[in-house]
Amino acid sequence: MSAAPRDFVRIGAGASFADDRIAPAVELAERGQLDYLAFECLAERTVARENQTRLKNPKLGYTPRLMDRMSQVLPVALKNKVKIITNMGAANPIAAVELVHDFAAKEGVGPLHTAAVLGDDITDLLRGQPGLSLMESGHPLEELLPRMVSGNAYLGADVIVRALQTEAQLVVTGRVADPSLYLAAAMYHYGWSYDDWNRIGAGTAAGHLLECCAQVSGGCFAAPGRKEVPNLARLGFPYADMRKDGQFTLSKLADAGGRVDLATCKEQLIYEVHDPAAYITPDCVLDITDLEMRQMGPDLVQISGARARPRTDTYKVTIGYTDGFIGEGQISYAGIDAVARAELAASLVQRRLADTGHKYSEVRVDLIGINSLHSKRVYEADPYEVRLRIAARTTDRKSAEAVGFETRALHVNGPAGGAGGSDPMVKEVLAVQSVLIPRGLVDPRVQIREFRT
Amino acid sequence: MIRVNDLAHGRAGDKGNTSNISVIAFDEAAWKILRVQLTEDVVMKAFAHFATGPVTRYELPKLQALNFVIRGALGGGVTRSLAQDAHGKSLSTLMMTIELQGDK
Repeated sequence: MSAAPRDFVRIGAGASFADDRIAPAVELAERGQLDYLAFECLAERTVARENQTRLKNPKLGYTPRLMDRMSQVLPVALKNKVKIITNMGAANPIAAVELVHDFAAKEGVGPLHTAAVLGDDITDLLRGQPGLSLMESGHPLEELLPRMVSGNAYLGADVIVRALQTEAQLVVTGRVADPSLYLAAAMYHYGWSYDDWNRIGAGTAAGHLLECCAQVSGGCFAAPGRKEVPNLARLGFPYADMRKDGQFTLSKLADAGGRVDLATCKEQLIYEVHDPAAYITPDCVLDITDLEMRQMGPDLVQISGARARPRTDTYKVTIGYTDGFIGEGQISYAGIDAVARAELAASLVQRRLADTGHKYSEVRVDLIGINSLHSKRVYEADPYEVRLRIAARTTDRKSAEAVGFETRALHVNGPAGGAGGSDPMVKEVLAVQSVLIPRGLVDPRVQIREFRT
Repeated sequence: MIRVNDLAHGRAGDKGNTSNISVIAFDEAAWKILRVQLTEDVVMKAFAHFATGPVTRYELPKLQALNFVIRGALGGGVTRSLAQDAHGKSLSTLMMTIELQGDK
C-alpha cells in the first residue's frame, strides 16, 4: 500500500460469475493497491442448485470453485490488507467459511477474521405465503410450492455493512444483490446512510458497473477491425476509486490487457437495465438518466450524476423450482446437400420418438450455422457444413434420454454421412421465478456470525 | 442503406423472459439517425420471428444511447429455455443487422 493518505476508497472486481477467470483477481489483489475486492459468483438459479446440493450433503452448498479461488486470492489479500466481500457462501455460507478457515489454519495464513451473513434463505417463510404473486405471470406462488426447491431474498448492502463493522477481513454471504457487494464497501468506509440517496446511488452505479468484472474493461466487447481491445489475452479486471462526495473513476492496472473508456463503460452501464430512471435494488431506486462519463486519461473514466430515490419496502425473492427435464442430441453433416440431410435427420428423430410413445411439451430443432441463435435465415446460401441440434422438454427422464439416443443412432440409421454425434445430454431443469416480499418479514431473520482462527 | 452496425455498438442482457439491448451511437450524426429511425416498431419487426413483445424504447441522450426492452424474447426464460443461447447474449448482434435509411 502507498504510504500517502488517499482521498478515495479503492474497490476492485474479482469475479463476475462462478466460473470466472482467477488470475486477474490475484493480480489486482497483488498490485492494485486495493482496499476491497469483491467476488460475485451467484447466477439467478445457482442458489437453488446449491440448495439441492446442501440437502444431499450438509457440508456442501457453497460455490463449488470456492477454494480454487480463495486459495489463490486470500493469502495475497491478507498480506496487502485487502478486505474481501463475496457471495460465494451460496446456500451454505457457514460451510464455506469453515472450509476457508481450515485452509488458512493448515497453510498458516492469517490470523483470519470472517463474518458470515445469514438470513436470505426464506424457503420456510414462503411456504406460509401462498398468496404472493409471481412477478412475470401474476399467478399465485401457491402453484409452484409443491415443486419449490428454495427461496432466497436479495439482501442489500446494509447487512454487509453490519458484517464489516465486526472488522472482519472476509465477508461471506448467500444471496445479496450484486451491486450491494460493492456499495457496502463505500457505505462502510464513509459511513453513508440510507438517507444520503445520491451517494447510495453513486455506490450502486459503481457496483453495477463493476459486478460483471471484465465486461467494463474490454471483455464481451471486441469485434476485429471495428472494436479492438488491446492485449485481450491478458484482459485485466477493473476497480473503482470512490470519493467521499460520490464521484468516482473506473480503471484497471496499466499493464493489464483490455480498455476502460466511454464505449466499454456505456455498454456495461445499460447492461441488464430496463427503465434507466428506475433500476431497483434492495438499496435504492437508481436513476442513470443524468449520469455523465468523462475520459480523464488512458483507461480512466470519471462518472458523476447518478441519482437515487429511497429503496422500496419489499425484497425481491428468487424461487427455484423443478420443471421437468430437457433432453438434447447433436450430429453434423457436410458437403453437397448437407442442410437437406440435416433436415431429414431432424424429421426422423421426431418420428421415431413419437412412434416409441414419448411425449414432449416443446421440441426445438436448430441447424447450427444457419438458425440456432437468431431463429431465422438471414443469408440465403447454404453453408458447406451444418450441425443439427434437437432439444425437447418433458416431465419424464427416460423421454429426455431418448432424444440424444435417437440423434446419435442417426450415425447408422439416418441420412448419409452423419458425423460427430454427441453423447446424449439430459438436464433436470431448475427454473426460477420471482416474488416481492415485505422487508419486515425478512429483516428479523438476518444474522451475522463471526469466525476467528 | 445503412445498418445499425455502422452507427452504433451494443450489448444484450437478460432478466427472466425479457432481453434488454443497448444501442450506443458512435457519434452525434449517428445518434440523430438512430433516434429518429430506430423506433420500437422497427425493432419489434426485426425480432418478431421469436419475441412476443412488446418492445419498449428508453432514451439516454447524455450517453447518446437507446435501451430496448424486449419482452418474451428468451424462450420462456433463461432457466427453462430450450435454446443454445438461453441468455440471449447474441441478440445484440441481431439488432446490429437492422437496416436504416442513410449513407455510410
